[in-house]
Amino acid sequence: MGKSITLHNRTRISEALETQVPGVVFTKPSGDPCPLKKHRFSEDPKPNLFDALSEELLFLILDHLDSDDLDKKSFSLVCRSFYAAESRHRRTLRPLRLDLMPAVLSRYLSISHLDLSYCPRISDGVLASIATAVGPSLLSIDLSRSRSFSHFGLGSLAASCMSLVEINLSNMNDLSDASAAAIGRARNLEKLWLTNCKLLTDMGIGCIAVGCRKLKLLCLKFCLGLTDLGIGLVAVKCREIRNLDLSHTTVTKKCLPAIIQLPYLEKLTLVNCHYLDEEGLVNFKLGSKSLEVLDINCPYVSDDALSSIVKGAVNLRQLILAHCGLVTYCLANSLQRLAKLETIKLECCHLTTPGLLALGSSCNSLKELGLRKCSGVTDEGLSFVVSKNKGLTKLDITRCRTITDISIASITSSCTSLMSLRMESCVLVSKQAFRMIGEHCPLLEELDLTDNHLDDQGLKSISNCRKLLILKIGLCMNVNDEGIIQIGRGCPMLQELDLYRSIGLTDTGIIAIGQGCPMLQTINLAYCTEITDNALRSLSKCSKLNTLELRGCFRVSNYGLVAIALGCKEIVKLDIKKCYDITDVGIVPLAHLCSRLRQINLSYSSVSDFGLLALASISCLRSMTIFFLSGLTPNGLATALLTFGGSKKVKLHISFKSLLSQKLITHLEERGCIFQWRDKRFQAEVDDNEVWKQRSQDLMTFV
Amino acid sequence: MQSSKLLRRSKARNFGMNFSSESAEMEQKSWPFEISASSCSADNSSIHLNANELFAQMRSKSINFNFEAQGSQPGTCPINQIVKDPNVNLDVKSMLNNLSFLEQKIHNIQGIIHSIASQKSITSSLPNEFAVRQQLVTSDLASIIVDLISTAGSLLPTIKNNLLSSNPPPNQFCSSLDSLTNMEADAPLPKHELMKTQDDRSEMNENVHIEDHDMKESEDLAEVDNLLSGSYEVLQLEKEEILAPHTHFCRICGKGFKRDANLRMHMRGHGDEYKTPAALAKPSNSSEPPLIKRYSCPFVGCKRNKEHKGFQPLKTLLCVKNHYKRSHCDKSYICSKCHLKKFSVLADLKTHEKHCGRDKWLCSCGTTFSRKDKLFGHVALFQGHSPALPTDEGYALGSSGHVNDNDVGVRIDGNGYDSSTNSSNDDKDTKLFDDDHGYLSTLSFEPYDYEISDEFMKTTFDLTEYSSIMYPSGLPDLGLKKGDTSGSICML
Repeated sequence: MGKSITLHNRTRISEALETQVPGVVFTKPSGDPCPLKKHRFSEDPKPNLFDALSEELLFLILDHLDSDDLDKKSFSLVCRSFYAAESRHRRTLRPLRLDLMPAVLSRYLSISHLDLSYCPRISDGVLASIATAVGPSLLSIDLSRSRSFSHFGLGSLAASCMSLVEINLSNMNDLSDASAAAIGRARNLEKLWLTNCKLLTDMGIGCIAVGCRKLKLLCLKFCLGLTDLGIGLVAVKCREIRNLDLSHTTVTKKCLPAIIQLPYLEKLTLVNCHYLDEEGLVNFKLGSKSLEVLDINCPYVSDDALSSIVKGAVNLRQLILAHCGLVTYCLANSLQRLAKLETIKLECCHLTTPGLLALGSSCNSLKELGLRKCSGVTDEGLSFVVSKNKGLTKLDITRCRTITDISIASITSSCTSLMSLRMESCVLVSKQAFRMIGEHCPLLEELDLTDNHLDDQGLKSISNCRKLLILKIGLCMNVNDEGIIQIGRGCPMLQELDLYRSIGLTDTGIIAIGQGCPMLQTINLAYCTEITDNALRSLSKCSKLNTLELRGCFRVSNYGLVAIALGCKEIVKLDIKKCYDITDVGIVPLAHLCSRLRQINLSYSSVSDFGLLALASISCLRSMTIFFLSGLTPNGLATALLTFGGSKKVKLHISFKSLLSQKLITHLEERGCIFQWRDKRFQAEVDDNEVWKQRSQDLMTFV
Repeated sequence: MQSSKLLRRSKARNFGMNFSSESAEMEQKSWPFEISASSCSADNSSIHLNANELFAQMRSKSINFNFEAQGSQPGTCPINQIVKDPNVNLDVKSMLNNLSFLEQKIHNIQGIIHSIASQKSITSSLPNEFAVRQQLVTSDLASIIVDLISTAGSLLPTIKNNLLSSNPPPNQFCSSLDSLTNMEADAPLPKHELMKTQDDRSEMNENVHIEDHDMKESEDLAEVDNLLSGSYEVLQLEKEEILAPHTHFCRICGKGFKRDANLRMHMRGHGDEYKTPAALAKPSNSSEPPLIKRYSCPFVGCKRNKEHKGFQPLKTLLCVKNHYKRSHCDKSYICSKCHLKKFSVLADLKTHEKHCGRDKWLCSCGTTFSRKDKLFGHVALFQGHSPALPTDEGYALGSSGHVNDNDVGVRIDGNGYDSSTNSSNDDKDTKLFDDDHGYLSTLSFEPYDYEISDEFMKTTFDLTEYSSIMYPSGLPDLGLKKGDTSGSICML
C-alpha cells in the first residue's frame, strides 16, 4: 500500500508538471492524455504489475484519497486498472461542465451523490439522462443552484431513481406545483430543501406531503406561497419529520399544534414568521417531547409564551431566541425546568441584570451561550452567568458594549475550557484584559477580537493558545508586527487569520505567519497598506491557502501574485481590488496554475482583455467582479464573457451595459449567468485608515 | 269556569253571527259582547279547539265552508264577489233557503243566550238550569255549523274551478284568507288537514325560517325531536299544491303571487279600500298564540311521510317544497357551465353555478371542492388522496394509475347515479368534511403498509362515500365513460 501511494505521488508530480486541461475535476474518459493510450497501443510484452493489485486494495487506497479530487485524478491516470477502479469507486460527483455529462455518466455508473451546483443551467433532457444512467444508485442530488428544468425532468428523476433520498431544490424561483407533484412521486425521499421556492403553493406541498411520507427533513424557508393549509397537511401526513424549517413563511398559530405534535420532531426553525404571534407560541404547551432544537424569532415573546414552550418541550437542548424584546427575570427563571438545555442564544434582545442573574441561577449546565448584540448586558449579570456555567465552551458576546474588564476577568477565571470566544466591538474592554484570555484559556480554538483595544502584549499572551485555529483581529489599530510574530511562533495550527485594516502591520509580521502557520487557509490582509511582494512570497509556503484578500494592498505587484500562484494552487477566492500594479503578467500564470479559482475581484487593477480572457477560461470560476479596469475594452469583455463558460455571477459597471450587445447579454443570461450592473463612483485612492475609522464611527453613532 | 264557558258561548254566537250577518237589525242589537270582549282574544284558543273538534271530519271541505260563510255576507266581505262571479253556476235559491233556516236557528239561540245573560245577574245560584241551557245552546250551535258546512259543500266544485285551478297549497291560501277575515271578523278559521291538536300551544313559538337546503332540514329535525310526538299538528299537502308556482291569489282577478306582500301591493290597483294602512299592513297573528305546525311529505314511503315508521316531519312550507322537489322530482335544472350537475331546485343551481368552474379544488380521487380548506381537510382525512392540479398535463401523465382507480369508482357511481333518493351531493360533500379540526386531525386508521391498503381504501371509499363524483375538467373522457358504463349496467 505504501508503495502504491509513493507511486501515486510520483504520478501526481508528473501530472503537475504537465499542462492541466481545465475542464472537469475528475478525468474525462475521452481526450485523456498519454498513459492510457500508450497502454492501448504499445506492444509491451511485459504485463502491467499494477494489474496484479486486487480491486479491494485499490479501493482501500481510494478511500484514503477521498478528500482530494486532484489526487484521485492522478490515481486514475496511472494505468487502466486504476482508471477502472476509480470509475467504480467514485460515489460523489460534482461536474463543472454539462457538455461532458454523457461521457461522465457512462464512466461512473455507481454514483450515489450528484452535486450539480456548478451547472447553472440544466435541461430536462440532462435530468432524464441522469435518471436513466445512474437512477438505481442515486441517493442524493443537489440542484440548488441550477435552473431551467421543469416537472418533466423532475418526474423522470422521481420515476427512475427509486432510492433517491435527498433532493435540494433551493433557489428555484420558478418551481411550480407541477414540479412539486413530480417530486411527490419520489416515495422514498427523506430530505428535501425547498428554500426560496416562492411559486410553490399549498397544492404543490400537498402533493409532496402525500407522496413523500418518509420525509425527515423539510426546509421551506422563504416559501411565501404557502399557507397554513399546506404546512398543516405536511404535519398531518409526514409523521416522521425530524427537522422542519419554516423560517420566513406565513405560518400562523393555526397549524402550529399539528407541527408541535409531530412525534419525532427534533429541530424546529421559526425565524421571522411574522404571522406567528404570542398566542401561537402558547401552543407549545401541547408538548413536543422530542424537540431538541428550537430556533425562534419572535418580537413579542413574553413570559406566558416562553413558559408554555418550556412546559411543552422538556427535552430542549438548544434554544435560540432572536429579537425577543425584553428578557426579564420571570422569563429567564422559567428556563429552570429545561434540564437538558445546553445552548442558549439570545440575539438582539434586551436583557436586564435581574434577568441575567436568573438565567445564571436557572441554567447550570450550559455549553454554549450567545448574547450577540444584546443590550443591557452588565458586568454583574454576565459574571454571575459564567460563574454558574463553568463548563461553557462557546461564548458570544459580540457587541455587548457595556461590559468591561470585570466581565473578561470572570469569564477567563471561570470558563477555563472555553474553546470559542467572540467579542467583536466590546469597546469598554481595555488592553490589559486580553492578557487574561491568553493566560487562562489555553484551549481556545476560535477567537474573534475584531475592533477591540488589543495590543501586542495581548497578542503575545494569546499566542499561548497552541490550538488556535481562527483568529480575527481586524480593525485593532494597536496591533503591530511584534504581536503577529508572536502569533506566528505560538499558533502552528492557525487556519484563518483576519488582519483587516491592521495598519501597523508590515512584511515582517506576515513573513513570520508564513513560516509558522503552514496550515493557513484563509488570510485577510485588506487595507494592510504596508504589505509588499515579500509578504506574499512568504505566504506562498502555505500550500493550503484558499482565500486571499489583498484589497487595497497597493504595494503588491505581479511578482507577489505569481509567487502565490506557484505556491498556493488551492486558491479559491482572490480579491485584488485596488492592487494597481497587478497586470496581465501576474494574472495569466495565476489563471493557468490556480485551476480551482472560483471567485475573483479585479476592480481597479491594471488587468486588460488578455488577462481577463485567461481568467475566464478557468473552468471553476463562477464569479467575477470587474469595475474600473482601465485596460478593458468592450470587445475584450465580450470575448471573455463568451469564454467564461461556468459564469454564474458577473458584477460590472453599468456603463458596460450599453457597450455590450443586447444579444450577447441575453445569450449569457440564458446560459445561467446573472449580471449585476452597479453604478459605482470611481475612487482612485485607497481610503486612509484613520479617515475610514472616523467615518465608520460616525456612522455607528448615527445609527 | 263559568265565565269562560259563557265566553265560549258568546264567542260561538259571534261565530254564528258572521254567517247570518245579512240581517242588519241583528248587528244593530247591542249584544252583551262587552262581557267577553276583553278576554276574547286571550281565550281564542278555546274557540279554536271547539271549531277544530267540530270540523275534524270535514277536512277538505273546510275551506269551502269558509268561502260560503264569507260569501253570504253581501257587501261586507269582498270574497263574495268571487262567489257572485257570473261564471259560477250556483244554486242560489236553495242556498238562500238554507241560510234563512240558519237564521231562524240563530235567532233561537240568541234568545236563549239573552235570557241567560239577563238571568245571570239575578239568579246566579241556579247552576243546574244554567247547565241545561248551555247544553241546549251547544247542541243548537253544532247543528247550525253542520248545516252551514253542508251548504258550503255545494259550493265546492265551483270554487275549485274558479279559484283553485292553479292548485295553491291550501294552507297558505287559507292563512292568507285568514288574515283577511281576521281583519273583519274575529272568527277563527278551521285549518286544513288537522290531525291532532294540542292545548298548550303557548309554550313554543313557531319560527318560520326560510329553509334552503335539506341539510338544514335535518337541523330542524333535532328541534322537532324535542317536541313530543303528537305535540304538534301535522299537515300534508298534495303534490299539486306543493308544486304550484303561486300561493297567494287575488280574489278579484285571480292573479297568483308568491308572497302575500306582493298580493297586497297588487290589491291596491283594485280600489281605494285596499289602500288603507290597515289593508296594507302585514297581517299579524300575534294576538293568537301560534299553533305548532309540522308538515308531512305526500310521497308514501319517504321518511318525511307521516306513515313512515321513523317519521321526521318537515318544519316549514318551504322545507316541504324543497324537500319534495329535491327528493321526488326530476332534476331539470342543469348547470350551464359543467353540464354535469343537475338540480331540481333553482336556488341550488344558482348556488352551484356561482362556484362552478371557478376555484375548483380537485382531489386525485376526482372529487372537487369549492374551497381549498375543504380539499385539504379531505386530503388529510383519506389515505392516498392528494391534491391534484387540474389543467396540468404533467400530472395527468404521471398519475395514470389514479385515473384507472377512478374508473372503478365511476362504474359504481354510474350505477347509483340515477337513483332519485340522491339529495344534493354538494351538501353531502361539504357536510362530510365540514369539520374544523378535520384537516389537522391525525387519523387513527393510518395503516402501516399503506401501499396496499391505499388501493383498498380508495375503492371502498369510492364505493361507499361518494355516490356521485365530479369529474376533473382536465379529463373529459371520464364523463363520457360514466354515461357509457351506467348505460351498460342498466342494460344488464
